[in-house]
Amino acid sequence: MDKTYHISSYCQIKNSSILVDGKLLFSSPILEFQPFIKSAAQHLNTKYSKFYKMDNLSKLAFLAADILLKNAELDANSEHNIAIVLSNKASSLDTDRTYQTSINDPDNFFPSPSVFVYTLPNICIGEISIKHQLHSENCFFIFDSFNADHLWINAQSLLKLQKAEMVLCGWVDFDDKNYEAFLYLVEENGIIAHSPNEIKRLYKT
Amino acid sequence: MGFDTHTVFDYLKNGDSAIQLVKDSTRFYKPFFGAVIPTETLESKFKTLESKNKFTRLEKMLLLSLSKTIKASGIEINNRVGLIISTTKGNIDVLEDQNHFPKDRAYLGQLGQIIKDYFNFKNDAIVISNACVSGILSVAIAKRYLQEGIYDHIFIVAGDLISDFVLSGFNSFHAISDAPCRPYDQDRVGINLGEAAVSVLVTSDKNHLSDDAVEILGEGSCNDANHISGPSRTGEGLFRSIKSALKEAHITPNQIDYLSAHGTATLFNDEMEAIAFDRLGLNHTPLHSLKGYFGHTLGASGLLETIIGMQSLYQNTLIASAGFKTLGISKPLHIITETTPKKLRTFLKTASGFGGCNTAVLFRKVS
Repeated sequence: MDKTYHISSYCQIKNSSILVDGKLLFSSPILEFQPFIKSAAQHLNTKYSKFYKMDNLSKLAFLAADILLKNAELDANSEHNIAIVLSNKASSLDTDRTYQTSINDPDNFFPSPSVFVYTLPNICIGEISIKHQLHSENCFFIFDSFNADHLWINAQSLLKLQKAEMVLCGWVDFDDKNYEAFLYLVEENGIIAHSPNEIKRLYKT
Repeated sequence: MGFDTHTVFDYLKNGDSAIQLVKDSTRFYKPFFGAVIPTETLESKFKTLESKNKFTRLEKMLLLSLSKTIKASGIEINNRVGLIISTTKGNIDVLEDQNHFPKDRAYLGQLGQIIKDYFNFKNDAIVISNACVSGILSVAIAKRYLQEGIYDHIFIVAGDLISDFVLSGFNSFHAISDAPCRPYDQDRVGINLGEAAVSVLVTSDKNHLSDDAVEILGEGSCNDANHISGPSRTGEGLFRSIKSALKEAHITPNQIDYLSAHGTATLFNDEMEAIAFDRLGLNHTPLHSLKGYFGHTLGASGLLETIIGMQSLYQNTLIASAGFKTLGISKPLHIITETTPKKLRTFLKTASGFGGCNTAVLFRKVS
């Protein structure tokens, strides 16, 4: 018989709040993303100097992932095969626009390698992988809106093919001033069934 | 170089490269060595497609390529047919001040919708944007969708442009070569950029195969977990990707007849690949990089190079690694120096990119 998989935990970051498994972990009156995410990282004792060099999309994805992976209390002495499947609408456009501005004017032409490197949506997967030493499967998808069906298919496939023991899945979008992260962990153990309907239900809460 | 596989493969057999000094101030802020599609040629080819709508340069490239693949497949587009679009930067050129398309056209979802609508796909496009492994990763993802029974057929179209955005970006990394690039050579100094659009059908139905069709034996896409803009010193992610593909395929490295590597011709990438291949005992497997012919076509490269690999198997021909003279990596590899006939059955395609991503896919000729 086919194994069944579960959602063991989930994390949302939106509207200056961070929720884990539906419960409020941190909220702030600060509306602007950058000071909000900075105060969240300090409050949560993230202690990772590279965090402050990341672009907005990476900060958003990194913090949501870091919360879930720390909560999972994985054995630090053994390797964990946790795949990462992320998606969004705006790709890396927020940083793309910043970079484009730096090259628009021939008389004021300052392309920066440290900005350019973040003009790819999957860089945030790299940041998460480095912090948690995940040498695992990864893929970044772009959809017009949150797409539970495709995330479900990809996580199921990775687990069934035994390419991963767990999958860190979700939506992480940063566009102009708007941001939203909804990440969740899929594995054998857990209470919530891994199904498109459950993913949609959690996303909407 | 061409608008169909046979023409392009004939050029490769002759040792012709598409890389040249590009001086086009209407498109680029400075001259560079690279492989661009001449605008006039693209426009005249595109006239063969019927449409009332206006399309960007990249959309024209993608539509042209995919229209040919759909036609050749003989497949009717219904709800069992999926669409994957692979691109690193999509319509990034619309962000330029002088571009007359709306800036919103840079959203990759819009690109997906445009391709979907043109061909009347019943399912929404799945857009994969995972840096320079996107093209080959799309093949791995397509295979998983077929295995899961979500679709019976999937068309993949992959493409990227050269724009001031990517040209200035790679230049800011000092990663651009000021001459035709030289993968694995001791005198290599960096990449050439290229632009391309390519497409394939991935199907679970043997009735729709092309002459050069291959079976997907196994695949893997593992992260280096080391650095966001530099490859791992140990080739960890690439090593694991190949291991994963071999495990799924139930084959050993010595059963691989040839290796179509990434070979961007940067110092660090080629060295990283050499270390990963050496760790797997692939030192004697004939290997090439095709970047010396096409340049680095970003999100198209993995799929473009897969198609060339398919032709290599079909025509039993090993294509020389353009630009290579003297081994300039720390591990011995068997770089193909002359285009030669050889009986071929199985090949491995690999790619690596920013964000520490790597992908490996094993293919075998359908006999």
